[in-house]
Amino acid sequence: MPSDSITPEAGATGSAPEHGPSRQRFLNWKRVLADRFATGFAVLMAVLVVVPLLAIFGYLVVRGVGSLNLAFFTHLPVPVGEKGGGVANAIVGSGMILAIASVIGVPWGIGAGIYLAEYGRGSFATLLRFTADVLNGVPSIVIGIVAYALVVLTQKHFSALSGGVALGIMMIPTITRATEEVLLLVPLSVREAAWGIGVSRWRATLSVTLRTASAGVITAVMLAFARIAGETAPLLFTAFGNQFWNLNPNQPTAALPLQLFVYAISPFDEWHRLAWACALVLIALIVGAVAAVRLVARRGMFQGAS
Amino acid sequence: MATTGVTIPLIPAKASKVPDHIFGAAMLACGLSLLAIVVLIVIELVMQSKLSIHAFGWRFFTGSNWDPVSGDFGALPFIYGTIVSSLVALIIAIPLSIGVAVFITEMCPKPLRGTISFLTELLAAIPSVVYGLWAIFVLAPLLREHVQPWLAKYFGWTGLFTGPPFGIGMLAAGIILAIMIVPIIASITREVLTAVPQQQREAVLALGATRWEMIRMGVLRNARTGIVGAIILGLGRALGETMAVTMVIGNTPQIAKSLFAPGYTMASVIANEFTEATGDLYLSALIEIGLGLFLVTIVINILAGLLVWSVTRGMPARVRA
Amino acid sequence: MGVGVQVEKLNAWFGATQALYDIAMQVPANHATAIIGPSGCGKSTFIRCLNRMHETVRDARLQGRVRIGSLEVYGDGTSAVEVRRRVGMVFQKPNPFPTMSIYDNVAAGLKLNGFHNRRVLDEVVERSLHMAALWDEVKDVLKKQSGASLSGGQQQRLCIARALAVQPEVMLMDEPASALDPISTSKIEELIFQLKEQYTIVIVTHNMQQAARVAEYTGFFLMGKLIEFDKTEKIFTNPSDKRTEDYITGRFG
Repeated sequence: MPSDSITPEAGATGSAPEHGPSRQRFLNWKRVLADRFATGFAVLMAVLVVVPLLAIFGYLVVRGVGSLNLAFFTHLPVPVGEKGGGVANAIVGSGMILAIASVIGVPWGIGAGIYLAEYGRGSFATLLRFTADVLNGVPSIVIGIVAYALVVLTQKHFSALSGGVALGIMMIPTITRATEEVLLLVPLSVREAAWGIGVSRWRATLSVTLRTASAGVITAVMLAFARIAGETAPLLFTAFGNQFWNLNPNQPTAALPLQLFVYAISPFDEWHRLAWACALVLIALIVGAVAAVRLVARRGMFQGAS
Repeated sequence: MATTGVTIPLIPAKASKVPDHIFGAAMLACGLSLLAIVVLIVIELVMQSKLSIHAFGWRFFTGSNWDPVSGDFGALPFIYGTIVSSLVALIIAIPLSIGVAVFITEMCPKPLRGTISFLTELLAAIPSVVYGLWAIFVLAPLLREHVQPWLAKYFGWTGLFTGPPFGIGMLAAGIILAIMIVPIIASITREVLTAVPQQQREAVLALGATRWEMIRMGVLRNARTGIVGAIILGLGRALGETMAVTMVIGNTPQIAKSLFAPGYTMASVIANEFTEATGDLYLSALIEIGLGLFLVTIVINILAGLLVWSVTRGMPARVRA
Repeated sequence: MGVGVQVEKLNAWFGATQALYDIAMQVPANHATAIIGPSGCGKSTFIRCLNRMHETVRDARLQGRVRIGSLEVYGDGTSAVEVRRRVGMVFQKPNPFPTMSIYDNVAAGLKLNGFHNRRVLDEVVERSLHMAALWDEVKDVLKKQSGASLSGGQQQRLCIARALAVQPEVMLMDEPASALDPISTSKIEELIFQLKEQYTIVIVTHNMQQAARVAEYTGFFLMGKLIEFDKTEKIFTNPSDKRTEDYITGRFG
């Protein structure tokens, strides 16, 4: 055991024990203060981060809840100045656009994830992985421009299809990386068991490996879906928006986030009220998806891990 | 236990190879689509901006006159606005994110950890347009009535806080951007901090360090590279952020020193003016701004990716035998 | 019912490292052959060469000839999938498919190859589970419980049933009982006794007493070479090679 004349702090500060006791206490006090201050700072930061979150949710609920009635969900928007009206067409429109996006993004994304996990080798696979990560950071409005150039210019009009293409492209990198991670969690022994009984490689990948990881893959898809459900920028000049019902994917279509944007920047109080309600619905859907994902993860339904 | 006498048909040798090859090729095609998307983006952007590139050349990025009526387009105000709003956001977000990350990984009592990290995740899930809504009706009035007058009174001498307090403007944009990029920087910082091996922490503690000294010397120092990567990633996100910024920045193509003044960013001008662009040159100019934005964010994301990968190794867990 | 296995001049590599040197062996039909030897001697690599599992490892190479009955395992026209249908494998750690029920696990080899006749599948599943001595324990929960919900010993018998369901001619077992408790181990050994009548069995084992109990023939491997191959009795009582004797008597390994 160290004797009393050797202070425990000697090693850390490099001070030799020839300083008198008062000097040691001084060093001690400063460092303890620094530690307390740092802890306080970190706690303050944590609080400051949580506060806007709670504020946003609070405002959404307070300002939005009052406008959530049946009419909101089932009626079309009414002209300025009139009361009431709803965003039924936007909800349906969003559904259509997101469905198109999923049809494009989900198979491509899962396929790319399968490639990286099961077939990918060496630097080529690393390049693809890196590309996926970088793609995730491309601004959504740029993707919107690309969809505009590809689809809107070709068709010579706005459409839900072009919006779906933009959002679908955005889903691919997210789903790819997440699928790859989940597939790699499936132990080699499961694959070997399938190969061992004479199942061909492609069948084993789809019906055994992917199936084992299915809970994780579904999670990945839901998270990607939640992320694009709130995207507005790419839709500004692809789906464009629509005041009326539209079920034709080749026509301009309303979408919930788009409607929110239009209402929010308008000068009309009545529209502002609707904007808060839209935001509440949007948040409820997204938070629901995120919470469901967390629940699935906690229940351990990732049956890939042994 | 009698056998059924059924012989399971053996797979003919040839037939089993073909589907395997087809499947492998299909998966490869999906993988290549990642590269194809990048190539596609570059091609489309360049093709559509050709008109503007030919008309203005390099002075497109140095000219500060954005005049759709006369057909003269200079993108400098947007570049300025993008940089300033992102810088303001970073200055606010960096201490917040690192503070939260350090709190969660090093200081937080276990039962609280899940809740706080869940809440930070939730922040990331809120769509940009909802942030914008809140910023217009809650943040901007708050700034206009309380924060901006206070800033003007005590810090007006810096020249950064002068001019009429509109509420909306560069400062509002910077603040809402900061709130939006905190979750990204914080979550990657958390990953990077947890990647620091426990032995590093224990080694410093064994020398008699306080907890803060242990964090500073044993954890933050080791995670430095990754944290810088996280910050750059946050910067990349801030540069491309569109909706929330568009709703509170004021949408005025001007270069002003004061943070109270309205401004314009590259992403916002595209969002606002794309559907109203009259004439091919106007549209082409907007798309050229998009090209510039794309190139900048790609470079930043590659840089950030390299830094973060060098610490977390980038690879997800390898197949366990 | 079972067929013999002929191995000629088998060499195997992992990348640049050679793991097997010129292995030649005749595994007799309808008998159990044990493969023994110290850790790292190439036992597992050897049997994985018999059902073309060796080549699933990256950079793995192989040279030589293996015949299962009349089938050239590495012949030009032979597919790996075809070989693995004729040769069943049970692994060291039980690996039932975790997301499939007990029924689906056993039927997997058939269903995943497009065979869907419900009546025949039922029969095959029942027969296989009987042969694996697992039927009585699971017959009521066939479709309700997942394969992973069974105990370790039951899981391994499930894996045996799964392998038997595709009607192989040869069964390879890579230390099948090493991860199990003594009671499950003895159950597995009983199983091997019964299966011998219908199949040719090659079993890798660390446990010399186990080899002596279940196998009529034994091969001793050391550092990638087959040192001696003979009747089990002879190997354990009067081995020809000194290295074999040293291993048997516990001087190393």
